[in-house]
Amino acid sequence: MNRTALSRRAVVGVALAALALAGCGSGGDDNTGSTSNSSASSEFANLSGDLKASGASFPNAYYQKALDEFANVAPNLNITYNSTGSGTGKKEFGSGLTDFAGSDSLVKDGDGPASGSFLYVPTVAAPITVSYNLQGVDNLQLSPDTLAKIFQRDIKTWNDPAIAADNPAAQLPSKPIVVAHRSDGSGTTNNFTKYLKKAAPSWKLSSGDTVAWPADTQGGDKNTGVAQIVKQSDGAIGYVDLSDATASGLVFAGIKNKDGKYVKPTLEGATAALSGATIKDDLSYDPLDAAGAGSYPITAPTYILVKPKYDDATKGADVKGFLKWLLTDGQQFAAEVNFAKLPAELQQQALAQIDKVQA
Amino acid sequence: MTQSFEPAGKLRLRARGFGAASDRSFSALSLGAGCLVLAILALILITTLREAWPALTYSGLTFITSSKWVPLEVNGAGPVYGALAFAYGTAVVSLIALIFAVPVSIGIALFLTELAPKRLRSTVVTIIDLLASVPSVVFGLWGIIVIGPALVKIYNPVHDAVGGVPVIGKLFGEPVSSGRGFMTAGVIVAIMIIPIITSITREVYATVPESEKHAALALGATRWEMIRGAVFPHSFGGMVGAIMLGLGRAMGETIAVALTIGAATQLTPNLFASGNTLASVIALNFGDPGVPPGRSALIACGVLLFAITIVINYGARVVVRRAEIRMRGAAA
Repeated sequence: MNRTALSRRAVVGVALAALALAGCGSGGDDNTGSTSNSSASSEFANLSGDLKASGASFPNAYYQKALDEFANVAPNLNITYNSTGSGTGKKEFGSGLTDFAGSDSLVKDGDGPASGSFLYVPTVAAPITVSYNLQGVDNLQLSPDTLAKIFQRDIKTWNDPAIAADNPAAQLPSKPIVVAHRSDGSGTTNNFTKYLKKAAPSWKLSSGDTVAWPADTQGGDKNTGVAQIVKQSDGAIGYVDLSDATASGLVFAGIKNKDGKYVKPTLEGATAALSGATIKDDLSYDPLDAAGAGSYPITAPTYILVKPKYDDATKGADVKGFLKWLLTDGQQFAAEVNFAKLPAELQQQALAQIDKVQA
Repeated sequence: MTQSFEPAGKLRLRARGFGAASDRSFSALSLGAGCLVLAILALILITTLREAWPALTYSGLTFITSSKWVPLEVNGAGPVYGALAFAYGTAVVSLIALIFAVPVSIGIALFLTELAPKRLRSTVVTIIDLLASVPSVVFGLWGIIVIGPALVKIYNPVHDAVGGVPVIGKLFGEPVSSGRGFMTAGVIVAIMIIPIITSITREVYATVPESEKHAALALGATRWEMIRGAVFPHSFGGMVGAIMLGLGRAMGETIAVALTIGAATQLTPNLFASGNTLASVIALNFGDPGVPPGRSALIACGVLLFAITIVINYGARVVVRRAEIRMRGAAA
C-alpha cells in the first residue's frame, strides 16, 4: 500500500517538479541553500556507506523524495528509511538497530532511547487538514471548541447552533455528521488530539497515538483510509495530512487560530505557525495553536533523532552530511510533496544542532 | 535397537546396511520434524508470554473482563488495557464468516464430487484454488472500496425492516455509513475461507467408498438421501476438521479485517456497527502502540488469541470424537 501511495505521490511530484523548479528560480535564493550549493556537491559526493533509519510515517513522503534526490548528490551513500511509525522508530533507534530515527513525538521514558543519548533535529512540518464532505457548503469554518465537540460526538448534526455560529453565511443542512478517524496508532492522531487538548477546553479524550474515540465514529487505515471515508460519505469530516488530502481532492475547513482568524491549511500557514512557536533549548517545539494571524493552528512538527556521538566515524559523517543537505538543499523538495520547510531561524538552529554531533 | 545388529556378519550388515541406515535417518527426520513443530509452538508461547507479562500484570484480570482500551493517560489516570471487546469482535467476525462460508463450501464440494461433469470439475477446482492465493490485503481493499459501500445498500433496508423487532432487531441496528463493520469484515473473511473449507471437504468426500454410495442408491435413495446417509456420516470428522481450519484462518485473519472492520472498541450486538478483533488491533497499533505497556498489551492480545484457538481446537476434537461414534453407529 505504501508503495502505491508513494508511486502516486511520485507522479504528482514529477508533475509539480517543473512548476516548483520554475518557482525556485525566482525565490530560491533564501537562507544558506545557495551558498552551500556549489561547495556542497563535492562535500557530499565523498560520503559513502550504508545508513539505516526507521520511524514516523507522517513525513515519509518527504523523506523518500529527499532520499531520491540525495542519491544524485551522494551516489556512494546508501540510506534507507523504513516508515514503521514513530513508536517503532524510537524503539529501534534506542536498541541500536538504526542509525537515526524519524519521530513526530518527543521521546518519553520507556520509548527506547535513554535521555542524553539522542538529539532532536527538526526537519519539516506539515498541516493536518480537517477535511469534510458536505454538499452545498464550500467554505466551512470551525472554532477549536466546535471541532472538539464534533469529534467527541457532542454535536451530531451539521445544522447545530455551534457550527452555525462559526458559519454565519453558510446554509447548513440538517444531515448527521459522520466522524472519521485513524484506525491505526499514528502521530497524526497524536498531533490532532494534542491540538484539541491545547486549544479546546471542552475536549475530553486527552491526546495520544490512539485515543478512545466514541463508538459511533468510523476508523480508516492510514491517512488514505480516512480520506476515503470522507470522500465516500456525504456529511463526513475527518483529519488527514495535507499531502494525502490534496491527492484525494478533499475540501478543507478553515480553523480558527489563536488570533481569532479562520485559516485554511496551506504550506504558508504552516511555516507561519512554525515562526510563531516557541523553540525549546533541545530544539523541540510545539507549533500547535501557535500565535500569529496567518498561522494554521493544526501544524505538526517532525524530528529526526540522531546520536550525539557515533562510534563509527564514517557513519557519523554520513548522518551529519545527509542532515546538513536535508536542512539546506533538501528543503526545496518539501513543497513538492506538500510539506512546509523550516523558517530561517529554526533552520539555523537545527544546523547548529547537527554540528554538535561528534563523528 | 540398532545395536542388536552389530554382532552380525559383515556381509549381512552390508546387505542390509543401506536399508537400515535410511530407515534410521528417516525415522530421525520425521521425529525431528514432529518435534520441530512442538518446539516452534513452545517458543512462540514462551516468548509472547514473556513479552506480554508486563501488560498482564499491569491489567490483571481486567485484561479479559474490561472492554476499555485507552492507551494513553487521561486527566492523570493511567492507560487502560482491556481486550474483551476485541475478543468479542474476533468471535463475531469468525462466526459470521462460518455462517456464510460453510454452506457455500459444502455445496461447492458436493457439486464437485457428486454432480459436476468431469470436464467442469478441474476448471472449478483451479478457480477455487486461485481464490485461495489472492493476498488478503487485496480482499481488504476490495472490501473498503467496493463491497463495503455496496453492502450498506443492503444493510439499510434490512435495518429498516427488522430493526424494530425485539431481540433480532438488536442484531441489525443502525449501519455505519461506509459499511466498515463486523458484517462486512465477516463477509470478506467468509470469501477468504471458502477455498480452504471447500478443498478439504472435497478431498474428504472423495474418500467415501463408491460401494456405500451405490448401496444407498440401490436401496432407492434419492441423490440427497444418498448424500445424507452415506457421504455425510463417513466424512463428518473431516468436515469438522475443514471447518476448524477455516475458523482458525478466520480468527487469525488480520489485514483484510483491519481494513474493513472500522476499528471501534465496543461490545455491541449490532452486526452493522464498527468493531475490532484481536488480530486487527495488533496490526493497526503495533507501530505506535501508545503509553507503556502498550506494546506488551498488544502482544498479550496475541497470547489471548492463541489461547482461544487452542481451546476451540480442543473442543472441536472432542465434538468430532463423540459425533463420529454416534453417526457411524447410526449409519451401520
